[in-house]
Amino acid sequence: MSDESTTGRKSILQLRQLTKSFGNFTAVDRVDLDIAEGEFFTIVGPSGSGKTTLLRMLTGMETPSSGDILLHGERINDLPANRRPTCMVFQSLALFPHRTVGQNIEFPLKIRGVDAASRKKRALQLLEQLRLPETYYSKNVTKCSGGERQRVALARALAYNPEILFFDEPLSAIDYKLRKTLEKELKDIHRETGKTFIYITHSLEEAMVMSDRIGVMRAGHLVQVGTPNEIYTAPRSKFVSEFIGDVNVIAVQTQADGQLHAAEFGTSFVPPRLPNGFTSGHLVVRPEFLRFLDRPDSAINCLEGRLYNEYALGSRIQYQVRVGEHVFIVEKLRQQAFGGQRDDAVLIGWDAKDSILVAE
Amino acid sequence: MSLRKFAAGPLCALPIGLFLLIGFAAPLLAVIGFSFMPPRTFGLFLNPTLVNYIEIVDSTSYISFLWSLALAAVTVAILAVICYPVAYGMARIFGKWSMLVTLLFTIPLFVSENVRLYGWVLFFIKNGVLLGTLKSVFGIEADSWLFTTGIILWGMVYVYLPFMLFPMTLGVAMVPDQIREAALDLGATRWQVFREVELPLSMPGIMIGFLLSFVLAVGAITEAKVLGGQRVIPIIHDIEIAFTYAQNWPLGAALAVLLMLVVGFLVLLVLRRFDLDAILGRR
Ligand SMILES: Nc1ncnc2c1ncn2[C@@H]1O[C@H](COP(=O)(O)OP(=O)(O)O)[C@@H](O)[C@H]1O
Ligand SMILES: [Mg+2]
Repeated sequence: MSDESTTGRKSILQLRQLTKSFGNFTAVDRVDLDIAEGEFFTIVGPSGSGKTTLLRMLTGMETPSSGDILLHGERINDLPANRRPTCMVFQSLALFPHRTVGQNIEFPLKIRGVDAASRKKRALQLLEQLRLPETYYSKNVTKCSGGERQRVALARALAYNPEILFFDEPLSAIDYKLRKTLEKELKDIHRETGKTFIYITHSLEEAMVMSDRIGVMRAGHLVQVGTPNEIYTAPRSKFVSEFIGDVNVIAVQTQADGQLHAAEFGTSFVPPRLPNGFTSGHLVVRPEFLRFLDRPDSAINCLEGRLYNEYALGSRIQYQVRVGEHVFIVEKLRQQAFGGQRDDAVLIGWDAKDSILVAE
Repeated sequence: MSLRKFAAGPLCALPIGLFLLIGFAAPLLAVIGFSFMPPRTFGLFLNPTLVNYIEIVDSTSYISFLWSLALAAVTVAILAVICYPVAYGMARIFGKWSMLVTLLFTIPLFVSENVRLYGWVLFFIKNGVLLGTLKSVFGIEADSWLFTTGIILWGMVYVYLPFMLFPMTLGVAMVPDQIREAALDLGATRWQVFREVELPLSMPGIMIGFLLSFVLAVGAITEAKVLGGQRVIPIIHDIEIAFTYAQNWPLGAALAVLLMLVVGFLVLLVLRRFDLDAILGRR
């Protein structure tokens, strides 16, 4: 890897074979990553995949078992949390319940010995920047609503004036509508401050909305890093493709004539462009690329099944089609709804170019 | 049907309310009543009088009051210094060993206080475990520390330690790890984390430990009797004598009422200063 990341900006944080083990268990396994200055980088992965452990090493609350963390090229493995120019917004927010909103925000300044007047001035600035009323300065922090506490936690972190801000699923306990608002605000704050944000979430949707780049974690490994578009259109594994949302995955093997054999259905499919050396893996077809066909079409891949269920998903309708034991998901826009009845025999198919072949 | 007129809450609270009335309020009221009866009488409905209180003010009882309060205050202070590190260790460092420490501190509670204190007498007495060993092994002759104020404090600290330690441990354990980490992450040194976050947030437990051990220590009597050899007369001793040898219940009752007032006042003073709810962030 080079010093320049994909965004062309200077890299601020580099992880080299970063590993953390608890006894025999490896929570974070040889992670390599370059974060660019000013980037909004999101790490996604299911619960227990090691996201928090990775972040805790970056903040200095956990010591790596092996590997290195480089900040501006300097190794900071052993720099304690209180001397790193980084700051974390916790999942629990970790606000100080015995302090007012103002005192919470001023905490890092007080620690540094900033005088009371300048502290207050800065706290009021931050309240305004985070769209909290000035009167909140002396409000009891435990009296604030979930969204307000979120903003107070962010204001407190900004008061520290860190180079990198870390976020550990701060929005996971917040209801959908408010979460959407806060996601936008967070993105705005990122733009206004120009700081590097490293964000953790288990929701790829959240990651897609906010991030410049996304890293997908699975069982301690960083399995894919890329822009939201790259992750969406070119997942490199079954895991990543399934993590994005509902997809159809078929186990396949190459056969002599260059087609893909799907043992489950006893049939073969025309592949998209075959990667070099591909022998077996999975064929991924997004639900919106599946079509209902009137009659078999030799130009595209077809399967015969039974309409099993139908769900309304707002602007789209999702159909479940059973082919043997396998349930396929087909999605259509509401205005292009499929007229079939439950248990009707149906024919579904897709263009080879609309499918993705992944090795794992 | 007429029961419907009452709200469910007061109705449900009725049994426990009656129980408290009989078990708690009645004896208290009896003591208060007795304190206004003429000296050396045994009725509760004679002509009320303030004679007992006047007698106490004119007497030297204040010395016993002061001894009790001073001994309790010093005990609490010593306990605070001893217990905080242990509580911190139990809550945050010892891990699975803290169970063992808890047992070590609780098992003695199964033995009666008197027996334990007589154990200390045997330990400290001239030619006892300590001095006897010193004498026979090292040939050192020392005066026994028994019957000194110091040894009374030793006994009190020993007896009331669990009452400080356990609430304190709870208090320290109540501080969430993430809050401590957040403070550290925001640049605080270990000392600043302690002063700004850990200490204030564990204050409820610490205060409860203070109050519990203080109130119990003010009521201490056996330590002064057994270890102190009546060198110091705590107020409880005066009260006991009034009720027993002197057969002057009204005087004993008046002393008890005064003690309750003094302790109650001090406790209220502390509770006003440290609003437990506010510290806990409930308001
Ligand atoms: N201090 C620890 N001791 C032992 N195991 C831990 C510790 N911290 C985390 N783990 C384990 O490491 C794994 C990853 O945890 P975590 O980083 O919290 O995952 P995530 O944040 O992705 O949900 C989990 O299986 C968890 O049980
Ligand atoms: Mg986590």
